[in-house]
Amino acid sequence: MDQAVKSAFPKCVRVDSKPHIFCPGCGHPEVLKALGFAIDDLGLQSKVAFGVDIGCSLLAWDFFNLDTIETHHGRTIPTMVGFKRANPAGVAIAYVGDGGGYAIGLSHVINAAIRNENILVIVVNNAVYAMTGGQEAPTTLQGMKVKTAPCGADQYHINAPEIIRNVNPTAFVARSITTIQFGLRKMLKDALQHQLDGKGFAFVEVLSQCPLNWKTLDKPQETFDFLEKTLAKAYPVKKY
Amino acid sequence: MIMAEKKFIIGNEALGRAARAAGARAFYGYPITPTSEIAHFWAKEACSEAGKKDNLVFLQAEDEIGAGFMLVGGVLAGTRSFTATAGPGHILMQDAFSMAEAMRFPVVAYIMQRGGPSTSTVIYSQQEVNLAVFGGNGNGYRIVYSPATLQELYDYGIKVFNIAWKYRFPTFLLGDGYLAKMMGEVEIYAPEERGIKMEPTEAYLLEKNRTRPLAEVMPSPEIAQRIAEDGVQYDCFRNCLNLEEETLAVNMEIKAAFDAAAKDIVEFQEYGAPEAATLIVAHGIVSEAAKAAIDALGGKSARLFRPITLRPFPVEELRRAAKGAERIIVAESADNMLARFVKDALCGYISRPVEEYFRPSIGILPSEIAALVGK
Repeated sequence: MDQAVKSAFPKCVRVDSKPHIFCPGCGHPEVLKALGFAIDDLGLQSKVAFGVDIGCSLLAWDFFNLDTIETHHGRTIPTMVGFKRANPAGVAIAYVGDGGGYAIGLSHVINAAIRNENILVIVVNNAVYAMTGGQEAPTTLQGMKVKTAPCGADQYHINAPEIIRNVNPTAFVARSITTIQFGLRKMLKDALQHQLDGKGFAFVEVLSQCPLNWKTLDKPQETFDFLEKTLAKAYPVKKY
Repeated sequence: MIMAEKKFIIGNEALGRAARAAGARAFYGYPITPTSEIAHFWAKEACSEAGKKDNLVFLQAEDEIGAGFMLVGGVLAGTRSFTATAGPGHILMQDAFSMAEAMRFPVVAYIMQRGGPSTSTVIYSQQEVNLAVFGGNGNGYRIVYSPATLQELYDYGIKVFNIAWKYRFPTFLLGDGYLAKMMGEVEIYAPEERGIKMEPTEAYLLEKNRTRPLAEVMPSPEIAQRIAEDGVQYDCFRNCLNLEEETLAVNMEIKAAFDAAAKDIVEFQEYGAPEAATLIVAHGIVSEAAKAAIDALGGKSARLFRPITLRPFPVEELRRAAKGAERIIVAESADNMLARFVKDALCGYISRPVEEYFRPSIGILPSEIAALVGK
């Protein structure tokens, strides 16, 4: 029987650190759950080195029964690159937010892609800096009112998978979304398999909800409308 | 195994050879003058037949921030890993070095000081002392060696790996651009030929045969360990803490480990007649100039106290050396970096002010020091 049917949690999740400490309605636990199932499906629990960034992603530091390192803001990718180069048998995963991945850590992402580093990078995109209180990110859509753009965000935003594909024609590149759990899990599993096959850089962006900073805590319909209609329109969910 | 032999090489090559002799396996760096030949050496070594056999890692990062964190990653894998940098690159690496300080990761860096502030010259200074010792947002729990000769680049280039992995602190060899580019005779040897046993390494992530308990080598609030249903122990590490009390505990644990190790680590050198009335305090290449000055003066009028470890600083040893000195002169190619440590150590122990000879970012000749003594 499929693990997902037997249990609500992946086997590699640490049960005694639950309930999780993300905000109510946050998308991170859904991304992590899908990742956990992907790790379980591939039997990788004892082989994964899981790196988490600063930002909301840091709250995942003890989410799993996986060897885990929390690094500095934007620096998870080079940390896992350094690790993987020194220990190619380990399965290296860098788990970061859109601020860590696309602002402070962007050069690490692009250059890891150019060098075709054999690691998996997961960027959770909720279109905002969430942990620090809702500031503008490179993913914030035009006109969104956030703490550092009270009159509305700038015109342009980053479409990272397109950039990654541009610099690396053989990387695994995909964008997924928290609301399609099986699709997300399959995507992450395929991305991990890419690393296991020694094919190099794997990159998955996941569109995720932040009801707190979107100010939709008591309006779930608005949360998911924004995620599935507005965000997913600007950031198409697909394999590149 | 290397057989001892003398080679005529530049300082940077001596460092590359030292890392190789020490059994380092991974270099992560970013090109910067005056250190680039260290990267060149390792890149060539990594793609040689012997380097491939030893699984050497060479990785040129996108910048020094990336290189610093790759270095942390190499250490997490339990590999003797190092970098080489200077000046503006050294500044960028403080991001990773502060994480290494917080988590007691034994990163090793060869830092060959160049001119400053800012981009300045690619040549020389002693102005990266504060940065090497106190460059993070912590309390300077790092180990910093100041070699003075080409041979010491090799000797301490090996030693830093052992000290880092034994005591589990970031460990830096703080040289300078003159030494990096200087050419001369260096005796190359394998550590075992000198009875030097290399300290074993151990991974932080995916280490299933741990011999040193993590609580012995890391602050305990940063560790979460548990045994899962599969019977395997999993280790999680954090450096982001929730409460001031946790942060205090982390700092106090690091301090206790650092203070205990300091007694074993502290190194210094004295030169000249013990009864000489003038005490010169200098480190690195300036201490060599001081020795030449002392010799030129006949060896009776001045003596040298040279801290080899700038951190931990040989406080008690300097106090002993300062006893009976009529004059104390601090000479350095920086403004009040070494001198601040000296004044801190001697506060309340001497009755006359320390005399300052500060020449930021320029070399100091023996004749200048001799003139100071003769004043």
